[in-house]
Amino acid sequence: MIEVQGLTKYYGQHAAIRDLTFNIARGEVIGFLGLNGAGKTTTLKILGCVLLPTAGQVRIDGFDVLKDPHEIRKRIGFLPDTPPLYDEMTVGAYLAFVARLRGVPAPRVQARVEAAEEQAGLREVHRDVISSLSHGYRQRVGVAQAVVHEPALLILDEPTSGLDPAQIVEMRALIRNLRGNHTILLSSHILPEISHTCDRLLVIQSGEIVAQGTETELAQQMGTGGGQVEVEVKGPGQAAAELAAKVPGVVRASVQREEGGVAVIRIDGPPELRPQIARALVGGGVELLRLDRGADRLENIFLKLTHGKETAS
Amino acid sequence: MKAVFLIARRELAAYLRTWSGYVILAVMLALNGLLFNAGVLGGQEKRSAEVLALYFQFTSFFVGVSAVLISMRLLAEEVQSGTIHLLYSSPVRDLEIVLGKFLSALVFLAVMLALSVYMPLLVAVNGKVSAGHIAGGYLGLLLLGSACLAVGTFASSLVKSQVVAAVLAGCLLVALMLTWMLALVTEPPLSEVFSAMALYNQHFKPFESGVVHTRDVAYYLAVTYVALFATTRVLEARRWR
Repeated sequence: MIEVQGLTKYYGQHAAIRDLTFNIARGEVIGFLGLNGAGKTTTLKILGCVLLPTAGQVRIDGFDVLKDPHEIRKRIGFLPDTPPLYDEMTVGAYLAFVARLRGVPAPRVQARVEAAEEQAGLREVHRDVISSLSHGYRQRVGVAQAVVHEPALLILDEPTSGLDPAQIVEMRALIRNLRGNHTILLSSHILPEISHTCDRLLVIQSGEIVAQGTETELAQQMGTGGGQVEVEVKGPGQAAAELAAKVPGVVRASVQREEGGVAVIRIDGPPELRPQIARALVGGGVELLRLDRGADRLENIFLKLTHGKETAS
Repeated sequence: MKAVFLIARRELAAYLRTWSGYVILAVMLALNGLLFNAGVLGGQEKRSAEVLALYFQFTSFFVGVSAVLISMRLLAEEVQSGTIHLLYSSPVRDLEIVLGKFLSALVFLAVMLALSVYMPLLVAVNGKVSAGHIAGGYLGLLLLGSACLAVGTFASSLVKSQVVAAVLAGCLLVALMLTWMLALVTEPPLSEVFSAMALYNQHFKPFESGVVHTRDVAYYLAVTYVALFATTRVLEARRWR
């Protein structure tokens, strides 16, 4: 579906992205992960045929972005970092305009607008003027305009940015519902959202891809493949850590922080050992307050990847 | 071509769905009417044809100002609000974007001119003017407006801010208007070039008396063409940076 080879983009002297190479198969949901300024938006804009690359080759559905941008534009739905909305239009009129602009034949426009509104949960605001919508609704209209012409490829640049937690959950569900019908490429600097919705991650840092694969593959690459368990105990942490370290299969256990008589201990080892760890701690007389998988597993991978890159350069 | 009309229609609706369109229309027509009353009809007695010529002279100024106000938002607003990305990522040529935008502005200006026709008709009530004079004058106004709108569209494509776009368009138009002064202080053949370039002095005067010269029509069409061509190039260049 997407073949990118040696993609490079300079803004003046500054290289926004350097020598990116990756492939995306039809039907995949790909998460594009990176800190702000890492080059995510630039890459997506090139794939969306908004910007032209300085060097490198990009082929989407067999068409080259330089030679046949028109053919590509017919096949993509693009949601930029700020949804491209005409404030004075109503939701229905706006979606109809976008549908016709993207080449939906006139007799089908109405049906497509309704379908897109249905998908994005916009039926009840069909007649509302866009400027009167809340941020969450605006973002949904942004997604609706990207799917209204049934594109093969969906490019969503930070679809959840600026949304409140409830809206983020809704947006995730919306994106999950879209999978199957489209190949989806979405970017974010928020990790959980990406691990929840994507098949595969591309991690980009300072304009270069530093890692790609599934969450588990990335974890293995980073040597945290064994996984982690985190416990919170009452009383001195050191004793509890020693107890946990004795459980067979545990690689290491260390006190993360200790305050107010409560200690947080990180245990490197497969999460499947949680029952054994719990038994060992409770059996050793430790008052166990909380025990769970290392909550921010992906966060750790991400920070390690991006941090490692920075110290290397 | 379908995209041109689609964009033009949306743009025209935007003028009418927001206040800006009505404000420009109302203010320009009111000021023009005021000036017509005071400057054109007032003063000593004149022949009808002179009154009409004076009316076209005044109105040409309002056409220039309106053109700047109408066109300043065309592309600057799209860039500012990010909606340009919608057009850029759609199967639409940059030329179609520019033509659609320009066409909407031209139609809007034409509506404004149509609404001002009552003034020359008032002259006709009490005096004797030919329909040809009125038609010739309005053709001139529309052509002048087209050139000014195209220059305004060009300015609007260069910057993000509508205000800066308006200032830029104003400067470009005034510069183009004042080339006849350069013609006075230069030698031929340069003076002839400057004089032929003058936006108002050289090419609009005949229209005021209802005279339509091919060279004047060609001049305004050429300015329109060059400005829109440059605008398209600016949009294309944007994709590189």
